[in-house]
Amino acid sequence: MNFEEYAAKPLLAASGIKVPLSVLAYDPDAAADAAGKLGGCVVKAQVPTGKRGKAGGIKLADTAEEAKAHAAAILGMTIGTHTVEKVLVEEKSDIRHEYYAAVLNDPVTKGPMVMFSTEGGMDIEEIAAETPEKLNKHAVDIRKGFSVGDAEALIAGLDLAGAEAGVAETLAKLYDAYMVNDAELLEINPLIVTGSGDVVALDCKFTLDDSAIKRQEELATKGTPDKLTELEARGESAGIKYIELDGDVCVLANGAGLTMTTMDVVRHHGGKPANFCEIGGEAYTKAKFALEMVLAKPGIKSLVVNFCGAFARCDVMMEGLLGAWEELKPDIPVFFSIAGTGDEEAIRMLKEKLGMDPLPDMSAACKAAVDAAQKNSLGGA
Amino acid sequence: MMIIPRKETRILVQGITGKQGTFWTERMQEYGATVVAGVNPKKAGTEHCGVPVHASAVDAQKDTGFDATLLFIPPLGVKAAALDAIEAGAKMILCLTEHVPVHDVMYVMAAAKEAGTQVVGPNTAGGVTVGETFMGFMPAFNERIFKKGTVGVLSRSGSLGTLLCQNIVSAGYGQTAFVGIGGDPVIGTTTRNALEALDTFPGTEAVVMVGEIGGTMEEDAAEYVKTMSKPVIAFIAGGAAPPGKKMGHAGAIVMGDKGTYASKKSALEAAGVNVLSTPVHVGDALKEVLG
Repeated sequence: MNFEEYAAKPLLAASGIKVPLSVLAYDPDAAADAAGKLGGCVVKAQVPTGKRGKAGGIKLADTAEEAKAHAAAILGMTIGTHTVEKVLVEEKSDIRHEYYAAVLNDPVTKGPMVMFSTEGGMDIEEIAAETPEKLNKHAVDIRKGFSVGDAEALIAGLDLAGAEAGVAETLAKLYDAYMVNDAELLEINPLIVTGSGDVVALDCKFTLDDSAIKRQEELATKGTPDKLTELEARGESAGIKYIELDGDVCVLANGAGLTMTTMDVVRHHGGKPANFCEIGGEAYTKAKFALEMVLAKPGIKSLVVNFCGAFARCDVMMEGLLGAWEELKPDIPVFFSIAGTGDEEAIRMLKEKLGMDPLPDMSAACKAAVDAAQKNSLGGA
Repeated sequence: MMIIPRKETRILVQGITGKQGTFWTERMQEYGATVVAGVNPKKAGTEHCGVPVHASAVDAQKDTGFDATLLFIPPLGVKAAALDAIEAGAKMILCLTEHVPVHDVMYVMAAAKEAGTQVVGPNTAGGVTVGETFMGFMPAFNERIFKKGTVGVLSRSGSLGTLLCQNIVSAGYGQTAFVGIGGDPVIGTTTRNALEALDTFPGTEAVVMVGEIGGTMEEDAAEYVKTMSKPVIAFIAGGAAPPGKKMGHAGAIVMGDKGTYASKKSALEAAGVNVLSTPVHVGDALKEVLG
């Protein structure tokens, strides 16, 4: 789960890292009020995505009137796929140097990775690609932690214009904030040194590990949930992963890998998947609800059901599906591929209840669904 | 480094008394797995599925002795259970649980590395050593999916791995072993580790690798493939996945554009791997290399 700047910075402050004074504003008048109190300021769009500056979402203002005009221009703006609904009005900082600092979960070392670069203000992808020698890294043993001494070693040899001690302390505090908040990523870009030598976090990006939400419930209320369509939101509240796509061949399968593959094979046969809907893991007993969701999307032409039982048993999934059949009466052609735990029983149930047989394999089932969708389109035109 | 358990591997089941723990322990026993004991602190001293239940893995090691442990443990209990197993000297921990906080996983990895314990998972469906033993919730006992043969299979996804295994059997081949490595961003046994284990496992003549988009494990494994004499066939899921959905893993940030379908396919093909367009083509690909 991503956090916007205004929600992420207080986490840094709570660990003792300096951040500029700021006020969150939802309309131009509130932005003007804030600017009146702060003096010279920066008006910053609050959206859970990067590249705000390039999109024109960050503007300097010397007066309250200017802040109001900038806020009026920025509010309602689209950045990436997000519409700006609020701005952060922040006191202007005296920037002497801009650095980069981050801690993230590293799949290669299987531990936290602390990163620092003197090339602040840039995209980390650019730093990593163009000047990898300027990205200092320290792989942490999470059992031991990351001390100020470790931070000093990480930045040893760099010329930080006298701010070495402040930067080292900030890095250790950043690691603390990363630990306390179950971060997947906690990044300060830029981390600045001011004219008076203070080390200040000018921006902050925080991603909460989704698997830790159950022990960070209060924190999670401050994050920005993914933007979902109505159907996607329905799926989420029922514990089913449903992603709406722009095609017309519905996909219902168990397990993320198998569901992705079913989409791939639909595409391989020249069709367009209408959705990703998976009922693997603990959701496998929710086949009935999943069928309802899949059929609710307008404009669908066919459905491929691909069950491959491992933990999720085909017979349990089939029972759920057939239980919903009477009620939902799908009026599009449906094609099955069934294998794995409980497959024989599931195939028997399908034959008994609907008089249908599964296709010999998933490719055949996907192809039949694609052909039916194309025929269905022609017939309907 | 134990990644593929054998028939004689003594298996402990932590969380044996739960519904899933019971169901799958029974299946494992029917298959021939050497399940020696279980753990549930509240039911220590009793017997379940015909084996003694202990208060901890440390107790189980003292009283019964075990080599590998299987975790049927809820997400927030995994760290403590795994650390208990590491303290008990487990050679291998197989963790099925999905949604374990990543900080907990990293803590377990650090402790396991120091102790020389191999972690498989989390978020895996388990592993099968065909005709010998299995751990987890894999349909090892289904003869249309698992049959003794010469193909080693590894997969990030349980359901997709199962599908590939079914296609291998329906094409007239069989497997030596299946290694499910898990779908989490931070896992104990990587694609490369599993590939090495299958490559050196007795009887393996070809390896089928089932990957998916995200991370760089397939790219890293491609380096090892170049050193192998056995043919490798791969299927990578997610070629048709919409961009931007769940692709923004922190680990992928510094790797630039590695982790996409195109990157994995080209890295593997450069190493001489046959990358399949659909899973059902696995039979034809095996015929080319095994006859």
